[in-house]
Amino acid sequence: MRTYLKIVTYFLLIFFSFCACTEKEVFRKDIVLATTTSTQDSGLLDALIPLFEKKTGYRVKTIAVGSGQAMAMGERGEADVLLVHSPDKEEKFMEQGFGINRRIVMHNDFIIVGPKADPAQIKEMKSSVGAFKKIAETQSLFISRGDNSGTHAKEKAVWQASEIRCSGQQWYQETGLGMGQTLGVAGEKHGYTLSDRGTYLSLRKKLGLEILCQGDPLLQNVYHVIEVNPAKWPKVNAAGARAFADFVVSAEAQKVIGTFGADKFGSPLFFPDAGKKKGN
Amino acid sequence: MDLILEGIKKACVLLFTLDAEVLRITLLSLGVSGTATLISLILGISMGMLIALKEFPGKKFVISTINTGMGLPPVVVGLFVSIFLWRNGPFGFLGLLYTPAAMIIAQSIIATPLVMGVSVAAIQHLPKNLRYQILALGATRLQMMWLLVREARLPLLAAVMAGFGGVISEVGASIMVGGNIKGYTRVLTTATVMETSKGNFDIAIALSIILMVLAFAVNAILTYVQQQERPR
Repeated sequence: MRTYLKIVTYFLLIFFSFCACTEKEVFRKDIVLATTTSTQDSGLLDALIPLFEKKTGYRVKTIAVGSGQAMAMGERGEADVLLVHSPDKEEKFMEQGFGINRRIVMHNDFIIVGPKADPAQIKEMKSSVGAFKKIAETQSLFISRGDNSGTHAKEKAVWQASEIRCSGQQWYQETGLGMGQTLGVAGEKHGYTLSDRGTYLSLRKKLGLEILCQGDPLLQNVYHVIEVNPAKWPKVNAAGARAFADFVVSAEAQKVIGTFGADKFGSPLFFPDAGKKKGN
Repeated sequence: MDLILEGIKKACVLLFTLDAEVLRITLLSLGVSGTATLISLILGISMGMLIALKEFPGKKFVISTINTGMGLPPVVVGLFVSIFLWRNGPFGFLGLLYTPAAMIIAQSIIATPLVMGVSVAAIQHLPKNLRYQILALGATRLQMMWLLVREARLPLLAAVMAGFGGVISEVGASIMVGGNIKGYTRVLTTATVMETSKGNFDIAIALSIILMVLAFAVNAILTYVQQQERPR
């Protein structure tokens, strides 16, 4: 009997301590940041967000999903601020009035990675379209994100430019997972995939995949910050969103972005862009 | 193979140095799942007992619904709980999405049918005459219920273990309603998923080991309680 009581009291204590926490946090200090998996998986957000929180007292709730889902959250007013990399969809998002104040933050680039053996012989190719054509011709395994993320959107754009209908083909497989996991699948199955450079570099050692095609202007990867329009959704934390957006384009944050990863990977993972007029 | 050894090494390092982040994640896992289990116990046993003891039309249907609920997929629960808790959803005004409270709600929904189903079976399994005898000896209804719970202690504690094991190892609902927010709603399972996709397999293995040790410790305590004094 006494043991029961002890266990029950213990759990009750935990429960009440939770209640105490949640009650305190009702005031609008929370910002929901919907962003892509690449910013989280590369570790960039872990470097930026504590800085912002310390400076402003806001608490950022980061929800790392694909860019497509992040914008869907913005469309429903479930997120306050977005950090995404899917320019075409972003423009549509802005046109429809879901977002305000879209500002460029940084860029890096996409790369085509694949197995060392390189069955499609795309190594050293300059054109991503040419590389995709070769992959299709040789029917080499290609692993796609398949999740409406920014990377997936870019991949679809390249397929479209190469005029190849890949969906339904046996050599074309969709994971529906984040970038890190998709790279893992490609590594295990010796397939090709399109990845952002940051995520690839941070995982490189464990993958057994090599960079086979890079430097094509088509493969630019630009990140923008967008505040969700409070006129559409009054529940949006507009002040918090503005504060966060202002922070990521501030000189301080841009410096962190520009040096992030340099010590670990030899070169930075992202290149700061704030203030530039045209990014893509 | 070295990956696993490395993971075990990392787990020991993280555990013995009492890494603040890991400690917080572990305590949150324990707190959220423990609270959810407790809520599911209160709801599950009381309603389970009511259903077991009362005769009413459609009882078999209710019981089969509960038994189906015992296998409720966490992602389905996660999806519906998030839809209800969205800012612009029916319970949006509570501001609960992406909080530990939301995770407790989702996990309680997962665990309650488990506890309820086992409770119904356990109470129904007791001989009917026991009830009459208890009442005949002058017990109130409440006292009778308490005695029945005590009699069915073995299967009921098994229900607690099943419920707790189900929710602490669950990832789908936690990531959807909690969001895996660092230092706030990150629990062992969601952290494991994230570290795996980050390629930090050693930390992922370390977290899994901590999760399993935790599950074992809780179950060991409950088993100890269960086996302490056997009913005559």
